[in-house]
Amino acid sequence: MKTWLAVLFCLLLGVQAAWAAAENRLSFDELYSGGGALGLRFSDKVLSSEGTRISIRGFMAPPLKADADFFVLTREPVALCPFCQSDSDWPDNILVVYLSEKQRFVQNNTVIEVEGDLEVGSWTDEHTGFVSQLRLRNATFHTL
Amino acid sequence: MKATVMMPLCLGMALLTAQAQAAPTIYPVDTARFLGTAKFDFKVEFDRELKESDMDVRINGKSVEDVFGAKPEFIRNEEGKGSAILLRNVSLKPGKYAVTARDGKEESVAKWDVYGTPEKAKAKNVILLIADGLSMGHRTGARLLSKGVTNGMYNGYLSMDTLPYTGMLGTCSVDSIAADSANTASAYMTGHKSSVNAIGVYADRTKDPFDDPRQETIAELLRRKTKKSIGIVSDAEIEDATPAAVVSHTRKRSEKAAIVGMFADIRPEVLIGGGSAYFLPRTVPGSKRKDEKDYVEDFRKAGYTLATTRTELLNVMEKTPDRLLGLFHTGNLDGSLDRKQLKKGTVSKFPDQPDLTDSMNAALKVLSKNPEGFFLMLEAGLVDKYSHPLDWERAIYDTIMFDKVVAQAQAFCDANPDTLLIVTGDHTHALSIIGTVDDNLPGELMRDKVGIYAAAGYPNYKDADGDGYPDSVNVSKRLAAFIGNYPDHYETYRPKLEGPFVPAVKDENGHYIANAAYKDVPGAQFVPGNLPRTESTGVHAIDDLVVGARGPNADQIHGFMNSTEVFRIMAEAMALGH
Repeated sequence: MKTWLAVLFCLLLGVQAAWAAAENRLSFDELYSGGGALGLRFSDKVLSSEGTRISIRGFMAPPLKADADFFVLTREPVALCPFCQSDSDWPDNILVVYLSEKQRFVQNNTVIEVEGDLEVGSWTDEHTGFVSQLRLRNATFHTL
Repeated sequence: MKATVMMPLCLGMALLTAQAQAAPTIYPVDTARFLGTAKFDFKVEFDRELKESDMDVRINGKSVEDVFGAKPEFIRNEEGKGSAILLRNVSLKPGKYAVTARDGKEESVAKWDVYGTPEKAKAKNVILLIADGLSMGHRTGARLLSKGVTNGMYNGYLSMDTLPYTGMLGTCSVDSIAADSANTASAYMTGHKSSVNAIGVYADRTKDPFDDPRQETIAELLRRKTKKSIGIVSDAEIEDATPAAVVSHTRKRSEKAAIVGMFADIRPEVLIGGGSAYFLPRTVPGSKRKDEKDYVEDFRKAGYTLATTRTELLNVMEKTPDRLLGLFHTGNLDGSLDRKQLKKGTVSKFPDQPDLTDSMNAALKVLSKNPEGFFLMLEAGLVDKYSHPLDWERAIYDTIMFDKVVAQAQAFCDANPDTLLIVTGDHTHALSIIGTVDDNLPGELMRDKVGIYAAAGYPNYKDADGDGYPDSVNVSKRLAAFIGNYPDHYETYRPKLEGPFVPAVKDENGHYIANAAYKDVPGAQFVPGNLPRTESTGVHAIDDLVVGARGPNADQIHGFMNSTEVFRIMAEAMALGH
């Protein structure tokens, strides 16, 4: 009887862990909890998820190359390509995604789900000089 | 045999063609008409490496050294593109000048018309109001929505309609008949034409965006020659092209972090806008700088009072500060339709943004403290930002807001008649109003509900609260307005209530395709683009601009003028040529 209860307990724990993994999802609206012209504030959810694996849905901004291991994820499709046009600029709530391996560019019209290790804080990409506040490392993505 | 003879001949001819000489390039360019005593950089580029003795450059027959009193720097080979001479920070007395540059084979001539100004200023203050992209369609739309029409007669005029002097401006660039907000604003602020994306410089051949031959800006002239205050106000990013042009020199308008440094060099008494992202060190979330420089702190140390919300602005204005820095958004502020009615765009993140009329009020108060007078440039930047993505309702709401600023300026002129006021745009958009869209008309497709000629009748916007804006933009019988150039998009015949329109997005081939987010809007109709597929939005029109003015020297605004004349008229009003 005791063994049976222990098995049930473990099973329940397992289910809970699976739920937790599914729940570790962020949305663009949850990245910042406010702030203003003098700077934005990371949300508690972002700060408590730092270093963990999370998933988030968004749109892939047009990358520099079709096959890239680095792209910018945005809340809405970006019409302008700030990499290509000198007078356009990024929205301020972007997320930079570093893929674990190169994946093909996905149409900017399509929602994608990205999973990766969340990194928080200012960081400058050594190859491009691109400065980001939030990143996903070892990431993969798929279309929905 | 023949073939073997022909081949070297062809090769020789090809080589000859490849080595064909290009005539030297002279900066300032031929046809330049600019202010005597204003500084500029003189440069001549040759298309191959020369010995210094091989080149002969003369100004009205004299050597460069004789004319400017200094020997130009000789650059033996500029980035492998040839030799050049460069002499920075020179100026000329008024007169006609012919510059000849010879390299032993080719010759170029540039003719300059250098003008002066009277010794005595006619105006104490100059206010230049620019609605970025302001076109006839925006003005007409603003009048229709704000004032209305009865039996063919408008129920009222816009404030900008009542300016006594009116003219048309041509906005072409050095490199193109088309223009962007960088070189158009630069023409107003320096009196020189420039090239697309360039501010306060002639775009030369080098890669460095900061080494191009400079044209002195009105802010630099004011600092050098007067004790007047300077105000720069926008609802776009303050580093965006129009406000940047008051102080900046760069080939690339996108060098926004550097442009903040140029504001710091001039220290305008009033600096109000968005774009705080470029004032914050990179470690702060929301920053777009790539260094640790904290320009908010830098301006504070220089004695600026800071406001970051509308409430803060109203508070600090209770005791008018001497220097005011207003930064209300990390990017562009939201327009009046989103701030006042729809609460979309970024209003939820930045819920307490000032209206441009609040900023104008604050600017006039701070600047008026100076008994020597002031120069104020205010830009309604979002008229253009909304016209690009074909969101004409938002653009027209902001034109109404701009007109309220014009009314404030006119009231200031009433009380201070020694003020020159100039009101214009900086380039146009191809926006036209052609009738109404009536949801109650029969028809399977939305295009069948477009009322034209007699069927257009009158729209049913209401302004019950009398604030000058329709109480709702989404009425059943609304304006039918179209922008004449566009990427692929879905035409919905309706205002975009969920946020500013994003007509097209980029595909994997680098082409912009219609944004599918609007595909399922009832009645949406696919419209194939008429611009290159690399274009994401509508583009600027080359159509003339309307300019209106009042006050001292305003009578010089009439007929058609090149846009650089706006600078001349302002410089003359303030006697900057002395």
